[in-house]
Amino acid sequence: MSESFTKGMARNIYYGGSIFFFLIFLALTFHTTKEMPQRDHRENITEAVERGKELWEENNCIGCHSLIGEGAYFAPELANVYQRRGGEAGFKMFFNGWMKAQPLNIPGRRQMPNFHLTDQEIDDLAEFLKWTSEMDANGWPPNIEG
Amino acid sequence: MSTLKYQSQAVAKPYFIFAMLLFAGQILFGLIMGLQYVVGDFLAGAIPFNVARMVHTNLLIVWLLFGFMGAAYYLVPEEAETELHSPKLAIALFWIFAAAGTLTILGYLLVPYSTLAHITGNDILPTMGREFLEQPTITKIGIVVVCLGFLFNLGMTILKGRKTVINLVLLTGLVGLAVFFLFAFYNPTNLALDKYFWWFVVHLWVEGVWELIMGAILAYVLIKITGVDREVIEKWLYVIIAMALITGILGTGHHFYWLMTPEYWQWVGSIFSALEPLPFFAMVLYAFNMVNRRRREHPNKAATLWALGTAVMAFLGAGVWGFLHTLAPVNFYTHGSQITAAHGHMAFYGAYAMIVMTIISYAMPKIRGIGEANCNRAQVWEMWGFWLMTVAMVFITLFLTGAGVLQVWLQRLPESGEALSFMATQDKLSIFYWMREVAGVFFLLGLLTYFASFFIKEKAEA
Repeated sequence: MSESFTKGMARNIYYGGSIFFFLIFLALTFHTTKEMPQRDHRENITEAVERGKELWEENNCIGCHSLIGEGAYFAPELANVYQRRGGEAGFKMFFNGWMKAQPLNIPGRRQMPNFHLTDQEIDDLAEFLKWTSEMDANGWPPNIEG
Repeated sequence: MSTLKYQSQAVAKPYFIFAMLLFAGQILFGLIMGLQYVVGDFLAGAIPFNVARMVHTNLLIVWLLFGFMGAAYYLVPEEAETELHSPKLAIALFWIFAAAGTLTILGYLLVPYSTLAHITGNDILPTMGREFLEQPTITKIGIVVVCLGFLFNLGMTILKGRKTVINLVLLTGLVGLAVFFLFAFYNPTNLALDKYFWWFVVHLWVEGVWELIMGAILAYVLIKITGVDREVIEKWLYVIIAMALITGILGTGHHFYWLMTPEYWQWVGSIFSALEPLPFFAMVLYAFNMVNRRRREHPNKAATLWALGTAVMAFLGAGVWGFLHTLAPVNFYTHGSQITAAHGHMAFYGAYAMIVMTIISYAMPKIRGIGEANCNRAQVWEMWGFWLMTVAMVFITLFLTGAGVLQVWLQRLPESGEALSFMATQDKLSIFYWMREVAGVFFLLGLLTYFASFFIKEKAEA
């Protein structure tokens, strides 16, 4: 590096640049959180959705599945599973049957554990997945397969 | 123990050793998961995939933290030209952290996760069950306490000693690590907010403050092994970390594309994250430049290899593989696919696993009282370990990339109705997963070779 570019200049770019961009980041974050209610439909978060999220977390579902593309990539994406598996008409029935049939015990196939959830809990989890599916994630995922 | 400049630097030793033990555990669980990808019911009852995965990623985070702490305890006293404020505190924190970490991992393995959540009081302050933040709340509190004690110890050392650029950059990185971890305690019911602020820990760690830690450690080792003037290296360090933060902070936007955020993030994230490879490229130039300009032939050739290797592999993994799918129109199809897994593997190995092994390679011979370097034979073993692990990681990344490209092609690109389902797609990828598993076995062989180098002595003259 040329001698006219001093250590002091490099230091000032470091401090000035990172503080400047961090402030922009904070401002954008502030604006984003103001805009979010129009996209996340938080008015639809019921107590069942709340309990559903707790169940989602306490059973570590993210350890195999992804949700809006984050998590593990071992099992299907679940942000749009509500639409994929029946929607308003059939999702809850499908989901209840699916959870109770685990583990499928097909030799060689990836196994989902049985979490021994009650009907009420399965319903809460379904409500959480339904609410998640209704958020606007800027058009992601690309298609119904997630 | 007489080859150390400051005796208290020796507290780094248990940190390094424990980090390497956890690293071995991480690789074993990686192999279990890799096999579960193709033999789905392998150990399904005993170690379900989600448990193996949690152990694999949590061990990674914890061993890197042990490595960073060891590195800091080793280099801060020497940079500050004074003994560590309290070696006793450093050792006490080591045992607390090691015990808490071990109990947490045992908890993952021995009881169902929901049971662990209940017995650790997750209902009082729910923080668990989010990717990489699976630790029970009490473990999270423990991490904060250990970090505070650690920062206090280092801060006091630096306060009474010489304040070098390396020390200050390292300390800023470590303070940032502690501050951003506090977002791990914020878990709102609203998933949109939860995910948005989750990235304040995850992205601002690995693409932000950790890069400061990496840069500082690399700068320290380069000064030691090349003898190049400190002023030159410190100027480079500033330039690199400036680029890292200037691109990396707004680069967080590449994680916000598909959340409940305004669309401008797709522009902000694309532009700034496209620049994120720059600091890593600069790091490659800098490492090679310094080694070429070296004023001394350092006897520890293995440490030089690690230092150059970490710069190159971080650039490939974090820079090139990150750039591959960072632009929003590409990321729309690759988000959450095996491409992400490919990038994650090489980036973490190249940037963070290798920088910890760089400082271990440089520091361990001195801590063990051997001198500036291990004997030639031990270094040859160490370099075999380097090449086996690094080449294996290149192949793991290539195979996962192959799997990812095919996955996107079959599952994501076709319209609804024509696309293959997730599980049907996974079946088509199994050849890539098998090859990844074989590469993983080679990685383990490399790790064992590396470990063996610690026990190799020069053959006695016949």
